[in-house]
Amino acid sequence: MYNIIEKRYWFFGLSLLIIIPGLIAMAISLARFGAPWKLSIDFTGGTLMELRFEQKVSPERIYTIFTNLGYGDTTVQTTADEKTALIKCKTLDEEAKVKVQEELRKEFGPFEELRYESIGPAVGREVTRAATLAVIAASFIILSFIVFAFRKVPNALRYGVCAIIAMVHDVLVATGLFSIAGLLIGWEVDALFITALLTVIGFSVQDTIVVFDRIRENTPKRRGEPFEVIVTRSLLETFHRSLVTQLNAIFVLSAILLFGGATIKQFVTVLLVGLMSGTYSSIFNAVPLLVVWENREIQKFIARVFARSS
Amino acid sequence: MRERNLLILLGIILLVAFCLWIDLPQTEALSLQLGPLKIYREIKFRLGLDLRGGLQVVLEADPPPGEKVTPESMEAVRNIIQNRVDGMGVVEAVVQRQGENRILVELPGLVNPDEAIATLKATGRLEFVEAGLTPLPEGLKILTTYEVPLEPSPTETITPTPGAAPTPTPTITPTVTLTPTTEITPTPQVYRTIMTGKHLKSARVGSDEFGRPEIDFELTREGAEIFAKYTTEHQGEFLAIVMDGIVISCPQIKEPITDGMGRITSEKGFTLEEARRLAIILQYGALPVPLKVIQTRIIGPTLGQDSIQKSIRAGIIGVIVVLTFMLTYYRLPGFLADLALISYGLINLAIYKFGIPGLFPGVTLSLPGITGFLLSTGMAVDANILIFERMKEELRQGRPLSAAIEAGFNRAWTSIRDANLSTLLTCIVLYWFGSNFGASMVKGFAVTLFIGVCVSMFTAVTMTRTLVTFVFDLSGRFLEKRRWLLGV
Repeated sequence: MYNIIEKRYWFFGLSLLIIIPGLIAMAISLARFGAPWKLSIDFTGGTLMELRFEQKVSPERIYTIFTNLGYGDTTVQTTADEKTALIKCKTLDEEAKVKVQEELRKEFGPFEELRYESIGPAVGREVTRAATLAVIAASFIILSFIVFAFRKVPNALRYGVCAIIAMVHDVLVATGLFSIAGLLIGWEVDALFITALLTVIGFSVQDTIVVFDRIRENTPKRRGEPFEVIVTRSLLETFHRSLVTQLNAIFVLSAILLFGGATIKQFVTVLLVGLMSGTYSSIFNAVPLLVVWENREIQKFIARVFARSS
Repeated sequence: MRERNLLILLGIILLVAFCLWIDLPQTEALSLQLGPLKIYREIKFRLGLDLRGGLQVVLEADPPPGEKVTPESMEAVRNIIQNRVDGMGVVEAVVQRQGENRILVELPGLVNPDEAIATLKATGRLEFVEAGLTPLPEGLKILTTYEVPLEPSPTETITPTPGAAPTPTPTITPTVTLTPTTEITPTPQVYRTIMTGKHLKSARVGSDEFGRPEIDFELTREGAEIFAKYTTEHQGEFLAIVMDGIVISCPQIKEPITDGMGRITSEKGFTLEEARRLAIILQYGALPVPLKVIQTRIIGPTLGQDSIQKSIRAGIIGVIVVLTFMLTYYRLPGFLADLALISYGLINLAIYKFGIPGLFPGVTLSLPGITGFLLSTGMAVDANILIFERMKEELRQGRPLSAAIEAGFNRAWTSIRDANLSTLLTCIVLYWFGSNFGASMVKGFAVTLFIGVCVSMFTAVTMTRTLVTFVFDLSGRFLEKRRWLLGV
């Protein structure tokens, strides 16, 4: 507990242990599917099937049939009379189509195929680009804001940069894990994934600022104390709060994960992983990084390497 | 001090009671009559496509004979339709290409289907047409040189006016009148198109000197030049503004218009909806291919009804766990925080349902929006945790209770303020991007998060503070002796 700062490189290592496999998974995905993650039909387009049954059907049960056959990336909607199902799914080959329709017949009786054709992506490239740009713009705004808010503390820019590094860390953890899950269990990113990432980013910055705020408060109070001591003290003082807040978030998300609907499980998982990462990174990455910067450890390390090689 | 606290407390109780009334499912409208002042406001939840389903419209390309529809032109159509939908202020609609020549549009819950369809399928071909010395009645369908080439073939003479040449000089023919003429077969009059919507830079809804809606437009540089030349040469004549072949306005050219700015007004006056629809259609340009509606129907939620109900139940379980945790961990202040948190939920829901009069009409909720709400709830709880942890610290350092409470609030305030401010700034950026680049998901998230953070500042700080001070005033000595109630 007392040596978070002393053991900082262990914690950096732990972060890398999660991020690097994620990055590797993204590279494999990129080579295999042309994108860092498996993309859902929201991004790629797929097939629209419209089936008219003779009895009322439940969208959730149709969804389950598709999931069990390995097509988790499916949305099912019914029309007002609940007898017609609109199914958007991956492009199926003839064999798969026959198989799926057979299962549906088993479950709900005969149906008539009213429509079977391709659909384009629901989220165009420009939307994805806009969302990415929005996040980058927001990062700059946050950076400037932190620099402004910490203007009375020496080296305000460091706080901003470390907060952004922690944020990037959380995004990499969430996206990396999703990419791994994509390779292992076929998870696909959909439009909701963008929202999940935005939430993770919001939480991450919130968390980092709270911890930094303590350092800001303690700095003028304890003039003459080494920076490391002030930082450790601040971490200890906010540790309780970080834990309790994180616990509360875990309560709500776990409840939704355990008892919630099948269609948003992936979405909630990303949130859960991202929020945990957010708390971890503000305590074990952002703050120790301040110390690394203060002690010029990177410059010293580079100097050592050069000294050895010359 | 004490009186002031009581007043604030009363105000809070009234506000929460009002919000509770709005949140009740049976409340459908607010209708007040104070003498001459009548207030009527509809109160209902607006749910997005993923939670409630909505209207599905399938549009099919309807090209003129002999023209082919290319994937590129369909993509252009898709983008224009997407822009129009976003321009209508519909949140999180889905616009997808379907098959070779169709566009699938899904609009959440509560849109006026007729109006929406009219906005979607309008080709949006705007023309400025020479009308001559008499105005054309609004609503008249006319033929223009844009559709009909002007050169008459040598085998037939269409116009009864001698010397009609394919020159672009204005012919001063009498306009088509609706009185029966002696001619048995009136030849259709073809009007000359001066310029088209191609030369339009932007269009938006404005209001004329009487406050009636109008459409203000700005022309591109080239358009402004054409327009300036024409209006200089044709002062006193009439100019018809034609949309998809129908005259929507026919003003007289009173003076040369050289700055490329103009406005479209209607004699009978546009309704606000009409003006808005026209402005949206003009703003995003004409469709490269005309469309026809081949199907409209109501569809269910994309996330599935049962999945949503399950998730809402699960969320409620989660919130109850949080409330219980706060109560057991922070005891009495925890209980007060729970009250503040419940009020927070009530106020938020009321804003979604009721909007803020004068600012916005309410919020369409969808999963991204709910996520924004959840995140801001987390921040609301976090604010209380920050305050109480601070209080405990001060108490442990041996301060008297009243000083500890004061210090707890004051010291926690800076971190709450800065964390929330950075979130609000982020929301503004996301909202701006969401509105300008069609990423409406991002927008829904930003809106609820922004509202949530603002409300949480009020409930977690002002309200908790009032409650804590109030309870302490009533039972300060009692609490001094029983510190376990404060979780210390």
